[in-house]
Amino acid sequence: MAFLTFLIRRLLLGIIVMWFVTVATFLLFFVAPQDPARLLAGKNPTPQTIAAINARLGLNQPLIVQYGHYVDRLVHGNLGTSFVNGSSVNTILKQDLPPTLSLLVGGVILWLIVGLGAGILSATRVRTLVDRTSTVGVLIGITFPTFVLGLLLQFAIFLPLNRSGFHWVQTGYEGPTTSIIGWAGHMILPWITIAAVSAATYTRLTRGSLLDTMGEDYIRTARSKGLTERRVLYRHAIRAALTPVVSQLGVDMGTLAGGAVVTEQVFGLGGIGQQSLTSITTGDTPVVLGIVLMAALFVVVANIVVDVLYSVLDPRVKLS
Amino acid sequence: MTTPQPPEADGDVLVRVESLVKYFPVKGAGLVARTVGHVQAVDGVSLTIPRGKTLGLVGETGCGKSTLARCIAGLIPATSGQVIFDGTDLTRLNRRAMRPFRREIQMIFQDPYGSLNPRRRVGSIIGDPFAVHKTATGNERKKAVQEMMERVGLNPEHYNRFPAEFSGGQRQRIGLARALALRPKLIIADEPVSALDVSIQAQILNLLADLQQDFGLSFLFIAHDLEVVRHVSDQVLVMYLGRVAEQGPKDPVYDTPRHPYTAALLSAAPAADPDAAAARQRIILTGDVPSPINPPAGCRFHPRCPKAQELCSQQDPPLESKAGDPPTHLTACHFPIQPHEDLTTSTVGSRAGLGTSTGSDSFGGGTA
Amino acid sequence: MSLTQIEFQAEGTGDAPAQAIQGRSPWMLAWRRLRQDKVAIASGALILVLALLAILAPVISSLVGHSPDTPYTNTGLNSQGLPVGPSGTFLFGTDGLGRDLFVRVLYGAQISLLVGFVSTLIGTAAGVVMGMTAGYFGGVIDTVLARFIDSVLAFPYVVLALALAVVFGPSLSVTIGVISFFSWAAIARVVRGQTLSIKEKEYVEAARSIGSGPWRIMFIDILPNLIAPVLVLATLAVPTAIVFEATLSYLGVGIQPPTSSWGNLLSQAQTFYQTSWWYLVFPAGFLLLTTLAFNLLGDGVRDAMDPRTERLFASQRKGRRSAAKRARPTPPATEVS
Repeated sequence: MAFLTFLIRRLLLGIIVMWFVTVATFLLFFVAPQDPARLLAGKNPTPQTIAAINARLGLNQPLIVQYGHYVDRLVHGNLGTSFVNGSSVNTILKQDLPPTLSLLVGGVILWLIVGLGAGILSATRVRTLVDRTSTVGVLIGITFPTFVLGLLLQFAIFLPLNRSGFHWVQTGYEGPTTSIIGWAGHMILPWITIAAVSAATYTRLTRGSLLDTMGEDYIRTARSKGLTERRVLYRHAIRAALTPVVSQLGVDMGTLAGGAVVTEQVFGLGGIGQQSLTSITTGDTPVVLGIVLMAALFVVVANIVVDVLYSVLDPRVKLS
Repeated sequence: MTTPQPPEADGDVLVRVESLVKYFPVKGAGLVARTVGHVQAVDGVSLTIPRGKTLGLVGETGCGKSTLARCIAGLIPATSGQVIFDGTDLTRLNRRAMRPFRREIQMIFQDPYGSLNPRRRVGSIIGDPFAVHKTATGNERKKAVQEMMERVGLNPEHYNRFPAEFSGGQRQRIGLARALALRPKLIIADEPVSALDVSIQAQILNLLADLQQDFGLSFLFIAHDLEVVRHVSDQVLVMYLGRVAEQGPKDPVYDTPRHPYTAALLSAAPAADPDAAAARQRIILTGDVPSPINPPAGCRFHPRCPKAQELCSQQDPPLESKAGDPPTHLTACHFPIQPHEDLTTSTVGSRAGLGTSTGSDSFGGGTA
Repeated sequence: MSLTQIEFQAEGTGDAPAQAIQGRSPWMLAWRRLRQDKVAIASGALILVLALLAILAPVISSLVGHSPDTPYTNTGLNSQGLPVGPSGTFLFGTDGLGRDLFVRVLYGAQISLLVGFVSTLIGTAAGVVMGMTAGYFGGVIDTVLARFIDSVLAFPYVVLALALAVVFGPSLSVTIGVISFFSWAAIARVVRGQTLSIKEKEYVEAARSIGSGPWRIMFIDILPNLIAPVLVLATLAVPTAIVFEATLSYLGVGIQPPTSSWGNLLSQAQTFYQTSWWYLVFPAGFLLLTTLAFNLLGDGVRDAMDPRTERLFASQRKGRRSAAKRARPTPPATEVS
């Protein structure tokens, strides 16, 4: 019952946040120095062209009226129409969702497995070859900017493989419904790219946190009670060590979104990230608003999940 | 009860504290933090410090002496009561009006390692008061600082060194030099020698005595070591759980304590002579000091007191002179120690409902 | 027996074992530790070389005889109109328009280092002031500032940076502004935490007791104790800023061509890497080297300030000293005369 109230309260809070975000984005675009109509009109626009665009898009109406229309449509599930090509924003986003979803889900799973795994391995085998290798890996991970890694992977792996006739690894996107193997082949490099930085950070975080936890007195007590090292590790130490990692996850949702934009651009995945780039640069405000809303929804949901995870890990924390 | 004096009539009293109270609110957990209780750190303390003399303040950890000191120094605002310094009530002043008084009242602290900023040079630390109150600049300031360093027994050429390069005793001297820079009238010393080795303690105490004479300083000397307090003080005040237990000139209080707590403290002080130590009879107190959030009703000492009776748990004893003592020697006790009374043979905790723990360490006879 | 009966002849200054050692400030100690750290020194040297190259870019450009923006269509492009590889004329090869890649990379270094240092400087200054203010004053000011800092840090920075860059038009100053805005928040958060704990120290109380006002305490008492962690943060913030700029330029919302930035060079390289590996390798290599050097230097600085932390590449300097200790025989006990 307490869980239900928690969920409802957080969702309500989330809706408030999203509303706030729409207002902020709306204002940003309409009070900005750049005139949307001018952006769309291309080079050397005549005043008539600009006026025509303004009328067509309804930009000559007072701001509050425009916002009113927007909210009205929103409530009916309509995200509006694109300034650029007139298609429905809903359609655009629906098309763009699968690549981004594949990327994010696969990426998060990969980085968690690698990050936590390497972190735990290093912590339990301090100063051995395993540890030192993962240290080097961490250094590489935090040094490489995401897009550079993506480019280099394309160059060093995709290119030679393709040249020698091995076509599994590809750029661009192919859905899992078409072919699972093809899908994986298209996604493998993007997954590595988006996961690398975070995996490195999480390896270091997990390693440090686990080392600290293993030094605690209650772990020594567990060992002295005769529990096997493995049991000590899995039942006690890891649970405690994971808490800072989980709280970091919430913060990293932001990094994830950013990484998605860059990775999609590098590999030509055509997802929401790439779409946001195009829409922002062309001043296609309705699309941008739609994306921002979706992103806010994603962040809200992700944070709820993280909080639930946190309370599962640490029984002292109550969902309030 | 002393009546408030008009500002000019204080004569040779430098500081007069009237019924000072300091409570710290305890916030409960919750979205909006509500106050669920108070830590009654200081609960109605009155005292006077005469000019050029030293008042020693003794008590266990947690009795409120540090809080009291900081209220007098103006570092913490008092909940109620007055601190009258040279005729002016400091509790009524805002920060700006308080500023000139900061030249007159200074503090030296217990921890020689924490009370000096490790990243500042010693000359800068000692020169800080001059800079803050704009009384000397440049070379003038440097000369004044070096003169001060010499006065407290430091080598003035170490002007540019960092605190880490000095020993504990020297650091206390630095703190002292900083406090004396602007020639204050009152120095509040919060356990200034507790963290030092015994041999260094003697040096610092002798230095304090010299400086008191040279500068005509008044001291509020806080400590928990009774021998040290006896050595430096003219008058003594014993605190327990935020209240005054006993106060007066040092010899009467030390030789003929009236409050059972004072007597217990004195009997517990280590004696340097092994024969005297063996012959000594200790008054054992059971239990720990209760929490200042929920102090006992009536006399705060009654749960641990070997002389406690029914009255003690109901009525707060007033602070007045007892058993024929002169009016300068005051005690807050319903059943003060009479002349020729020996507390070491009292039974401890044998009364129903008194005492907080089993009297497993009572030697003085009597059954539990 | 009371204390006055114990007589001490010793002078006040004589009880110090520290007397014989020459005065050394905490800074000098940290500097000495840093100097012995080979990895950090190497990284520092690399950065200096890079900075030198960047500053001398115009000089080198005239030495080589190629300007960064001129397309050398005759010598720089082959018969198919594609860039030529590294050679005597073009050290790093050419780019899509036949421009000298070597010179362009050096000019790109100018941008990267400029943006890196300037945004870190601005971000650090702002972050320190804000963090100290929030931490010292507490109360409403702190609550508001802390919440603001948290929201800035939690927000997907790329999206916000994109939006800001597009709204205000991409340019050098906008890029610096955007990056400063984000680095400010990270530093302010740490400074606030440090200030909160320093505020409780006794020497701050002592400063209050002599009558110091809040601003004096913040800048004269608290700030010197903040310099160590802030320095480490700032050194690590520079590579973040450089990467941030490169990413924004790569996406097309940072530095605009024809001004060359490593980021926009790499963005152009994406169309050409199948045929012209140098177009990708050299800018990427420079970017990686710079980031690596700053990260290792930052690590070294952190270790020099506080030797307890675990290093990524711990050097062997401790081994030398303990070996020397073992080599020396223990001196025989001297008799007390």
